[in-house]
Amino acid sequence: MSPAKRSTKDAAAAGGNGQVGEEAEAYLARLRTMILIRKFEDLVQSLFLRGEVYGSTHLCSGQEAVSVGVAAALGADDRIAATYRGHGHALACGMSPQKFLDELIGRETGICGGRAGSMNVVDLEHGLIGCFGIVGGSLAAATGAALALRRTGNVAVGFFGDGAVNQAYFYECANFARVLGLPVLYVCENNGYGEYTPTEAVTPGGIVGRPAALDIPVSQVDGQDVWAVHAAALEAVAEVRAGGGPFFLEARTYRYTDHGRGDPIKYRSDEEMEEWRQRDPIDIARTRLAAEHGVEAARLDALVADVDAEIAELRSRALAAPFPSPDVTVPEFAPAEA
Amino acid sequence: MAELEFRKAIWQALDEELARDENVIFFGEDVAKAGGVFQVTPGLRDRHGEDRVFDTPISELALSTAAFGSAVCGLRPVFEIMFADFFALAMDSLVNQAAKYWYLSNGQAPVPLVVRSAVGGGGRFGAIHSQVPAPWFQAIPGLKIVAPATPAHAKGLLKASIRDNNPVLFFEHKRLYSLSAEVDGSEPELVPLGSAETVREGSDLTIATAMKGVHDSLAAAAELATLGIDCEVIDLRTLRPLDIDAVAASVEKTGRLLVVEEGPRTGGWAGEVVASISERCLGRLDDCWRLATDDLPLPYSPPLEDAFLPGTEAIVRAVRERGGVMPEGAA
Ligand SMILES: Cc1ncc(C[n+]2csc(CCOP(=O)(O)OP(=O)(O)O)c2C)c(N)n1
Ligand SMILES: [Mg+2]
Repeated sequence: MSPAKRSTKDAAAAGGNGQVGEEAEAYLARLRTMILIRKFEDLVQSLFLRGEVYGSTHLCSGQEAVSVGVAAALGADDRIAATYRGHGHALACGMSPQKFLDELIGRETGICGGRAGSMNVVDLEHGLIGCFGIVGGSLAAATGAALALRRTGNVAVGFFGDGAVNQAYFYECANFARVLGLPVLYVCENNGYGEYTPTEAVTPGGIVGRPAALDIPVSQVDGQDVWAVHAAALEAVAEVRAGGGPFFLEARTYRYTDHGRGDPIKYRSDEEMEEWRQRDPIDIARTRLAAEHGVEAARLDALVADVDAEIAELRSRALAAPFPSPDVTVPEFAPAEA
Repeated sequence: MAELEFRKAIWQALDEELARDENVIFFGEDVAKAGGVFQVTPGLRDRHGEDRVFDTPISELALSTAAFGSAVCGLRPVFEIMFADFFALAMDSLVNQAAKYWYLSNGQAPVPLVVRSAVGGGGRFGAIHSQVPAPWFQAIPGLKIVAPATPAHAKGLLKASIRDNNPVLFFEHKRLYSLSAEVDGSEPELVPLGSAETVREGSDLTIATAMKGVHDSLAAAAELATLGIDCEVIDLRTLRPLDIDAVAASVEKTGRLLVVEEGPRTGGWAGEVVASISERCLGRLDDCWRLATDDLPLPYSPPLEDAFLPGTEAIVRAVRERGGVMPEGAA
């Protein structure tokens, strides 16, 4: 998860021709990750509709800039905890898209051997402590992680939705982190709704007033602009890493899709959804790269084609992967040497 | 004869009790405007008003404390914990306040609250959206746990739960929501808590179970009948308190007991039934055991989840492979 590692890898993937500057290369890599996340979600949705992804699935389409902008501000030994809406975070951390997709369709080759599924994946090798299916669970896990990470000067990031600030988990953990000065960055992805309920209806006083009341520094950022997210994350991470204790970042964003697998009622207006589509994080990044960094349209299109090819490959490999066998005996407890 | 769907039966029970007693209120996460993620409660807010049927923040502990506090001050709250796995967040008020209050206050006020919650696996929801957390509460005196298997029972049990003067956890198995069954209007309005029902008579083996397990056991019994094994199936209907009398009466007849529980083998209610029957009927018992899940979290992948849950096939296999249960002459 180190920025150095990532930019080499991603710049190569972006098909760099050396024509644009370093910043543009870095953002091309981030754009590619955002496109990958979007197309990965589209694939997950199509597989879900075909009955290949099971149970429920919570897509993050529209919210890609938050996970990508924050992950790019982290080092290899930092840690992330995310939610059931965590596909973007997992991919932004560098989890293998193949292992992830295999997990989502329940295959033995999945990152957790098919045991976890979408809501519970873990990939410690890439710094993902886990995706947590309990609202508030991610920020809690990140708080605990910070207790360990402060020994090594590393940082824990907990991503969560606007709904989570109404959980007991939030107050207890944020206060705990503040009292102990833990190196944890809380990233609230405010997408305007918790399931079908508008955030304002259940969050009097707004979101950042809550951490602010606990004397935790806060900042608010446009979650659709990966530059803005990244800049805010760099600043926040630097402060946390320097021993400033917890930091709270609210990113205003929007989810394009249903909450989970089909919403029972209509609770968002077409105009509102369209307005947010006009502020699409991928479009914004493309436009900025072209207008501010002189990246040619052909280069941007090549990026999309490259991701398309990757997705097609992912899909066919995943569908050909074996299911786990139930005949294997699984021990209940971790052995002494684990 | 009319068909009644399980989720509709629950809707009717709520609707009727809200209409009958103005002290009944109902609340939860996305239950009012949206009608709940399992679409069990649409329209109740419009029928009974938003003062009595309302949405809440995502704050399970606040839900349970709101129920407890309002219950001891005269209301009869019903609230929803969307997936029963989330009981963990609501636990303290239920365990340390609601369950103990009647006893500790020396009977000054009852705690008439009901928590409705979706339980159970089989939906590919993974380890923390599939549990049946009855065992978490099995050791808590003062709590009742209701676990219906049919639409008619769901309705009668929920109405009885709302009228009960104790905290009641009302479990709704997700795999049953879309189950429909015929009702003819002769069903009793209330099904008493703490009473089991024999849903199939048989002479060789008693199977005691609840919720989806009842349907699986009936299907297994039909299959076992073709092999010459005649099973009696008991729907426990309430997991706390258990109707041990009903199970004991059946075991007096069959001499053999299998308890089928969807949940970990260790610490579950199946173990409780087995222990109680062993105490009561030891002299009459030829065999007594349980079928439950392995002591592991529920896996996501379909072949793993299917093998993990004690469905019809597993029940048939458990009976066939059990040395000694086969009656003389059974295949
Ligand atoms: C403790 C708990 N309560 C309820 C749920 C059901 N649930 C899943 S997502 C969700 C909405 C969360 O909203 P928010 O925090 O804004 O995140 P978003 O889904 O918008 O990303 C709810 C209520 C849950 N998973 N965990
Ligand atoms: Mg939200």
